[in-house]
Amino acid sequence: MPRHEVVSPIPGVFYRRPDPDSPPFAEDGASVTDDSPVGLVEVMKSFHQIPAGASGTVVEFLVGDEDEVDAGQPVAVVETA
Amino acid sequence: MTAPATTIEVRKPGLSTTIQDGGRSGYYHLGIPPSGALDQYSLAAANALVGNGADDAVLEIVYMGPELRFTGPAVVAVTGAEIAPRVNGESRPLWESFAVAEGDVLDFDYLKAGSRAYLAVSGGFDTRVDLGSRSTYVIGSLGGVDGRPIAEGDVLPVGTGAAGRAGLVVPDGLRPAMSKDVEVRVVMGLYDHRLTDRGRATFLDTTWTLTPVADRMGFRYAGGELETVDREPPFGAGQDPSNIVDSPYPIGSIQVPGGVEPIVLHRDAVSGGGYMMVATVLSGDLDIVAQSAPRTRTRFVEVDLETALQLRAERKDRIARMYAALSD
Repeated sequence: MPRHEVVSPIPGVFYRRPDPDSPPFAEDGASVTDDSPVGLVEVMKSFHQIPAGASGTVVEFLVGDEDEVDAGQPVAVVETA
Repeated sequence: MTAPATTIEVRKPGLSTTIQDGGRSGYYHLGIPPSGALDQYSLAAANALVGNGADDAVLEIVYMGPELRFTGPAVVAVTGAEIAPRVNGESRPLWESFAVAEGDVLDFDYLKAGSRAYLAVSGGFDTRVDLGSRSTYVIGSLGGVDGRPIAEGDVLPVGTGAAGRAGLVVPDGLRPAMSKDVEVRVVMGLYDHRLTDRGRATFLDTTWTLTPVADRMGFRYAGGELETVDREPPFGAGQDPSNIVDSPYPIGSIQVPGGVEPIVLHRDAVSGGGYMMVATVLSGDLDIVAQSAPRTRTRFVEVDLETALQLRAERKDRIARMYAALSD
């Protein structure tokens, strides 16, 4: 199965949820489409959604909730059909 | 008949793309900061490549690039952070001028290193001037496009009169390095007397890490706690050991609220307040701060005032050499 790495285009703090009281955008094993968000990155007081960029199944998150990420860093892996 | 002036349509704005120039000098005492490109060297380089004056208005792109469509031909150049421009999907080099034609779409690849890129267009961006500058100061709604970052649907006017030439290249030796490990030179003071010898040593010996709290106003670092001298707070100063009687804040000054997390004030900073400033970054080294991405490991290196002035003169000379190299 081809694996697609979801990359954060910007540096900042990675969040798995849209806000603290909501469920995560995507759990491990969730089905996603090209533009489904898998997380948010916060930098300079603004939040930027990270789309999956491929259709398939989220098999792994490579960073934890509230971890700092660099621009270009893979944050999740999607297995495409 | 002359051809209609080129304009640039904003199809996607990027994260926070702003019009910036050499800055709005002369109003900081009234609370209005200089603004302008945070990396002034890369600003000058972008302008030099397209035949503009060193302080002309450009787009400052932070972390993520915009998508722009040109309504006419133009010569453009991108300098600063490593974020490769593309014309109609085809990669173009950084630190070189290149031509775009009517209808061309310019966008950007992912950021590879650094933080801020500068897009200059021959003729400059001819947006509104407030208090002598086109620089965007968002909090004060000054300059730029209605005093804000560019937005989808904006049409950016391009000035006429400069004759840009494609294919000019800034030589390797005149390009700054983009690194995740940097040294930033400072002159100590004015409030370093609030630190003990140990606090002073901690400031200079710690490898600080830039936090994601880093924008045009200030850059916040983490990594240590500075020991302060015990005292009775003077009238007008707060109880915290880092509080002082309110004082003007120089651009580049490093304040340390609570003795933790130093903040380097940059060109959109507030003009005064009540936190001790233990040192001030050399104006030229503010370019290095500007290009620091979150998690950049940073050492503050002390120099004396004489050395700082000499380095300022050398930087001025470097910009002059760059202009000379591009105008043969």
